[in-house]
Amino acid sequence: MARTGANLPLLQVENLRVVFPTRRGTLVAVDDISFHIDPGEVLGVVGESGAGKSLTGAAIIGLLEPPGRIAGGQVLLEGERIDNLPYEQMRRIRGRRIGAVFQDPLTSLNPLYTIGRQLVETITTHLDMTPQKARDHAIELLQEVGITAAERRIDHYPHQFSGGMRQRVVIALALCANPRLVIADEPTTALDVSIQAQIIALLKKLCSVHGAAVMLITHDMGVIAETADRVAVMYAGRIAEIGPVKDVVKHARHPYTAGLMGSIPKVGEHVERLTQIEGAMPRLNAIPPGCAFNPRCPRAFERCRLERPDLLPAGSSHAACWLYDAASAPVRAVGDA
Amino acid sequence: MIAYIIRRLIQSVVVMLTVGFVAFSLFAYVGDPISIMLGQEFTEADRARIAADLGLDRPFFVQFLRFVGNAIEGDFGISYRLARPVDALIVERLPATLELSMVAAFFALVAGVPMGVYTGLHRDSWLSRFFLTVSLIGVSLPTFLIGILLILVFSVILGWLPSFGRGDVVKIGWWSTGFLTASGLKALILPAITLGLFQMTLIMRLVRAEMLEVLRTDYIKFARARGLANRAVHFGHALRNTLVPVITITGLQLGAIIAFAIITETVFQWPGMGLLFIQSVTVADVPVMAAYLCLVAFFFVVINLIVDLLYYAVDPRLRIDKGVSGGH
Amino acid sequence: MATTTADRRSSAAPRAGVVHRALDSDIFHSFKRSPVTVLAAAITLVCFIGAIFAPWIAPHNPFDLRTLNLLDAFTPPIWTTEGDARFILGTDDQGRDVLSTIMYGARISLFVGFLSVIFAMLLGVGLGLISGYIGGTVDSFVMRIADIQLSFPAILIALLIDGIARAALPAALHDEIAIYVLVLAIGASGWVQYARTVRGSTLVEKNKEYVQAARVIGLHPVAIMVRHVLPNVMGPVLVIATIHLAIAIITEATLSFLGVGVPPTQPSLGTLIRVGNDFLFSGEWWITIFPGAALVIMVLSVNLLGDWLRDALNPKLR
Repeated sequence: MARTGANLPLLQVENLRVVFPTRRGTLVAVDDISFHIDPGEVLGVVGESGAGKSLTGAAIIGLLEPPGRIAGGQVLLEGERIDNLPYEQMRRIRGRRIGAVFQDPLTSLNPLYTIGRQLVETITTHLDMTPQKARDHAIELLQEVGITAAERRIDHYPHQFSGGMRQRVVIALALCANPRLVIADEPTTALDVSIQAQIIALLKKLCSVHGAAVMLITHDMGVIAETADRVAVMYAGRIAEIGPVKDVVKHARHPYTAGLMGSIPKVGEHVERLTQIEGAMPRLNAIPPGCAFNPRCPRAFERCRLERPDLLPAGSSHAACWLYDAASAPVRAVGDA
Repeated sequence: MIAYIIRRLIQSVVVMLTVGFVAFSLFAYVGDPISIMLGQEFTEADRARIAADLGLDRPFFVQFLRFVGNAIEGDFGISYRLARPVDALIVERLPATLELSMVAAFFALVAGVPMGVYTGLHRDSWLSRFFLTVSLIGVSLPTFLIGILLILVFSVILGWLPSFGRGDVVKIGWWSTGFLTASGLKALILPAITLGLFQMTLIMRLVRAEMLEVLRTDYIKFARARGLANRAVHFGHALRNTLVPVITITGLQLGAIIAFAIITETVFQWPGMGLLFIQSVTVADVPVMAAYLCLVAFFFVVINLIVDLLYYAVDPRLRIDKGVSGGH
Repeated sequence: MATTTADRRSSAAPRAGVVHRALDSDIFHSFKRSPVTVLAAAITLVCFIGAIFAPWIAPHNPFDLRTLNLLDAFTPPIWTTEGDARFILGTDDQGRDVLSTIMYGARISLFVGFLSVIFAMLLGVGLGLISGYIGGTVDSFVMRIADIQLSFPAILIALLIDGIARAALPAALHDEIAIYVLVLAIGASGWVQYARTVRGSTLVEKNKEYVQAARVIGLHPVAIMVRHVLPNVMGPVLVIATIHLAIAIITEATLSFLGVGVPPTQPSLGTLIRVGNDFLFSGEWWITIFPGAALVIMVLSVNLLGDWLRDALNPKLR
């Protein structure tokens, strides 16, 4: 899926494998996934808890916690490999070329330092500025993220901000060195519902203004539908489906995605019952052979239990499902081109 | 802020009164001071006279108030054992204990904190493992045994350092100091190490545990995600956050040094308050016991207060600010 | 990329037998993996057995005056030139076999140590449960006392209690019950840690649904606390207890060394060290060093076990 030449994607992940050695054997948390992100686009990564989304983000930015480690594949940023860089080189990429926003704004900021100190510190680490210029830059950023009276509040401590404001500060911190890619791991999950929409809109707007691509990791399909350009659906450490958002949402190809979409109530649609997918996502030490979803899939057939499906073209997206292999599918899936 | 200080002061006074009450109860109910002072042969008249002198015929509450009044002025009566005023004894012995405690505390801090930081940052290096082993042994060695071993090696076998006493002291006003003479300084070394070693290992383990805890937090992860240099992450962020809770506990530990001095002073025959206290416990010399208790309680209360104020100054979350956020 | 169906049986089905499950558990596995801990456990076991069965397995009885011979006094250990095969670690100033006195002394030390810990645990856990569950003024009161007591070092409190007892009781009576006074003193100086931990856990559990459900059913509060809250809290309590055991042993040794611990008729390791200290300068080092070494080894092993236990039970480190 890698392209070369003028249309070089910003980020390429190829056959990435993340494992956790335990004394009972090695658990594979991310199993051979591949995708890319183009400059300036918003890729949503959606899936249940434990599907491997956060670990993928951590692996890309080089912050996997031991004993977890990358056991295969590669990660390329603007064509260069970054997954095997020594710590010091990776450190310079973090913040400068890849930024990150994490879930809990309450604990993301050091409570003992003013936000100004934390901003200026990050800016001067990556950009060549005097502390005074860095401070001015920081104030501008705070204004951009919507913090009023920024010149005064830059000297306030994190506990003096509400949750939503804190997350805005976090976003400012992630963007202050103008990274090309921002990995946002559940950025609104810890916030009030009423604020979630604001923060997501802010993130999307700022990233487009600064020209940064976003890898938006979440379990909330609604957020993805609103914000993302493309979406990757993960299941049990693998990508089930990936494609343009409108396509995946309206015409889900993979049975898992179809189940997900069917379980979300939609305004204007009259349904008697919401779809429920039987069973639960398998634990990492009990992933079934073949397609990981096959025990719960209403359309599974013999091949699904034997071979793990590659990502096959399905309409304008790709789905890891044998239904889309003309050679073996018993019945053609509905709604295909 | 003022309200906080006043609250703490009131608490301190309550603690002092409680301790004073315990000390006074010792006086009132334990042992028979009169027979100890008079010995075997006395008449009833003698007894009554002494009783009236000491105010022992008054009601309990009145006696307690008298005790508190005297205590505030520093008057704790007369030692049963040595037949001298207790306050004079204490003034004589206090400098010895305080100097020893201060040097021991200094040693514990200066050695313990860096070791703790190092073992927290470099968990698996051989030096860390070495430090941890030393700390484990340090925690398993009772203070008196450390003293004995040090005496064995440095006094008996090597003959480098003295094994008892303070050496030559210089009197400045009512304070007698051993810092100004060579023999005084040499005499300080072994006792100070003995006294400080246990505290040092505790501090080291505390700093290490706190450091490991802090390194796991989200804000450290976010700091790394922002690409901050290791030095900034470790010393700018992690260390600062580690030291804040460590301050309280360390302060209290150092207060404990004054009490642990009892053991060290016994081993080294160091003429301080601790030795005096132990000698008085073995013969139930209540006035000295009571005085020591109150004095130690006073030190503790003062140290606690200072530590609380320090904490307040260092952690911004404790200061209630007017500039709380509005809007989202 | 075909995978066979033969490896369908990936995870092991739970096997029967508590012992098997225990041996398969994470805790035992981390135990096996650390050779230091295994060594520490072995040493502790040896010390315990030696101490408990001292009257039967000690080479001599140091308290039987008839077997003592002053001519045997000050015999150095067996590997020196004047050593005597009967006295492996030498003899003291009265002709007593040092090894035997160590075994009997360890017995006393462990006895006091264990009893103190049990006392402190009962007191602390009990107060913690009550304080946490009932809350209100009872809670504030208990915690106030705990705070005040916590600001004083344990040894001072132990000294105080012991001193009061010494002053209040006539000497003969005091000697007889000195050991129990000591247990009381050391135990009373150490209950706070247990109480605080248990109280914290109780507060957390108290608000959980299953406790509220139990109250609705009408279970007696004591039953709720014992059956439901207590099991959740035993892990940390156990860790505290191991560490406290080491501290208790050291505290008893210190008090005995200072002369205010066990009575001279029942010498513990601390007493032995004090007695031997007098002979350090005249060259008979073994009388104090060997009891000292025994004490250190015992406490070190207990500490190692406590450290391992704490790491093994800490869910965050798994």
